[in-house]
Amino acid sequence: MPWSKIKPIENEPDFCSEKIKDCRRISYHEAVREGVYQALEQDPNVFVMGQGVDDPSGMFGATKNLHQKFGKERVFDTPLAETALTGMAVGAALGGMRPIYFHNRPDFLYLAMDQIVNHASKWYFMFGGKVSVPLVIWTCIGRGWGSAAQHSQALQGLFMHIPGIKLVMPSTCFDAKGLMLSAVKDNNPVIIMDHRFNFKQNGIVPDYMYTVPIGKGIIRKNGRDVTVIAVSHLVTDSFYVAQELMSEKIDVEVIDPRTLRPLDEEIILESVAKTGRVVIVDNGWKTAGVTAEISAMIVEKAFKFLKAPIGRVACPDLPTPAGYTLEDAYYIGKPEIKEAILKVYSYRG
Amino acid sequence: MKISNEKKLELFYEMLRIRRVQERIEALYMNDEMKTPVHLCIGQEAISVGFCSLLQKEDYISSNHRGHGHYLAKGGDLNALIAELHCKTGGCSKGFGGSMHLIDVSVGHLGSSAIVGGGIPIGTGLGLSSKMKGSKNVSMIFFGDGAADEGVLYESLNFAMLKKLPVIYVLENNQWSVCSHVSARKAGENIFHKAPSDLLFSSKIDGNDILSVYEIAKQVVERARNGFGPSFIECETYRILGHAGSLSQDPKGYRDQEEIEQWKKKCPVINFQTILIQDQILTTSILSEMEQRISYEIDVAFSNAKESPLPTKEDLYTYIFCE
Repeated sequence: MPWSKIKPIENEPDFCSEKIKDCRRISYHEAVREGVYQALEQDPNVFVMGQGVDDPSGMFGATKNLHQKFGKERVFDTPLAETALTGMAVGAALGGMRPIYFHNRPDFLYLAMDQIVNHASKWYFMFGGKVSVPLVIWTCIGRGWGSAAQHSQALQGLFMHIPGIKLVMPSTCFDAKGLMLSAVKDNNPVIIMDHRFNFKQNGIVPDYMYTVPIGKGIIRKNGRDVTVIAVSHLVTDSFYVAQELMSEKIDVEVIDPRTLRPLDEEIILESVAKTGRVVIVDNGWKTAGVTAEISAMIVEKAFKFLKAPIGRVACPDLPTPAGYTLEDAYYIGKPEIKEAILKVYSYRG
Repeated sequence: MKISNEKKLELFYEMLRIRRVQERIEALYMNDEMKTPVHLCIGQEAISVGFCSLLQKEDYISSNHRGHGHYLAKGGDLNALIAELHCKTGGCSKGFGGSMHLIDVSVGHLGSSAIVGGGIPIGTGLGLSSKMKGSKNVSMIFFGDGAADEGVLYESLNFAMLKKLPVIYVLENNQWSVCSHVSARKAGENIFHKAPSDLLFSSKIDGNDILSVYEIAKQVVERARNGFGPSFIECETYRILGHAGSLSQDPKGYRDQEEIEQWKKKCPVINFQTILIQDQILTTSILSEMEQRISYEIDVAFSNAKESPLPTKEDLYTYIFCE
């Protein structure tokens, strides 16, 4: 069965940070969709565009049937013209609208780079704050089922490099909805880089409108021995590893930055000051990527607390292979996270 | 089409004003007080003036790196333009944009891109916003023959036709992209002249003849405003000066002096002036009054620009994100 048919079956782990009990659980796609739905309902200037947003599967369910409720004017399919359509969204935003542009893969954002990087990200700065571009670009990293090198790229490292863009990577259903609403509300270009594996989850999601602040990370599990900073679906993997390691008396703290730009440096540095041992986990490439940037930030700002070299768990610097035996060799997960934690934990310099 | 004498004088005045502003910038550029790459539009004034004269204040324009004329013709503030060229806080972009990034929100100019073709989809999106909001505002996009080489023009026009957007695509074919002639870059006519007329109104006009420009502009603005969709107008014109900077900075040898001389004979400002004098619409006294008024306005703008403070190190991080 192809991964695109994967149904939400797993519940999110009961993160210690979840405060809301006695609340319904819904699937990840329902959470994203509810965020978009409520944004459309709230503000007539919000609209949804993208290839296939109105097709029967509706962007993995995230935009399913929204066109029936809000009409084809506000939820519309687009030509396969990412450069122009991104620029068009920038123009519409300048004209007072709040577009949400959906892409089913980050790989296609390469086609829109001119408008994202040369235009959307710079407009506020370049015109001395006279105008801003309230634009949400949503995209979802693919993985598995032979997706190969052009349908599975995790490009957060690339976008984290660019000033003027907010970069969001949710990991729970609760955050998927709350960060979507924050992104739409934001007056700047926001990229939401989601992951197909997140779509396997169910989670606690209140039915009312709420926002999760952009630029604020969260501690998913408190610990005092090792700090693990993980993004997107790897937060869940890291959390399970941390639970496993409890039996070995290793107390791991798991931090989910939720936003890579602006990055919540404070939550990371406070944790590093406590543990002195760090592992950073990201599903993008290693070189000059998210793990590299966060490592450098920690070394610059918390060097005196470090008791061991920083561990980095990231995908190898290779295009993604298609075959499943090669995929197994390529991707990182719980075993690699565990190995890195143990290495950093046991290091005595 | 009947154009009143008052309108003719108005069009002439706007062209003359843009010409004189450009000439002043050119004359002072080598003093190095305007530390930003200026792309002057001498020879192309009829296009921005003719098209913008049909727009309302609330209508949008999308401009480009060679954008002083569009900015002024749409009603952009001259003082803020000259201050921006001096990289001062009084500039339209507070010294963060420079000559290629002009803006005047109060007249529907929401910022110009210096990535060739970059403003085309943005202007298209401004048209979409008008349509979605149910307003009557139109969006007019100025771009050059270099931008017409870009694939984004095809993508944008397709979308504008698909959605019947109130957008006017104005191609200023000034023959040269830096030092590359259009003949080295373009196979035949622009394909959009072959689009079905119900989807796209297209026309090729003499962009140096203000009355032709005005006439076509009136048609396409009405078409857009009344919901009949986009237009594509190619205006034949010529870049009299070099790609950027003052005349002395134009590299020699890529084009014939004879070519420049031939086009100077087609000067949109001087030729219209001659016609207006012949037709006794413009008199020497009106002309000299116009010249004085413009000259004074430019003097004031340059003197204001010099007095405006420079942005400082403290300002650098002011515009990271909009709250």
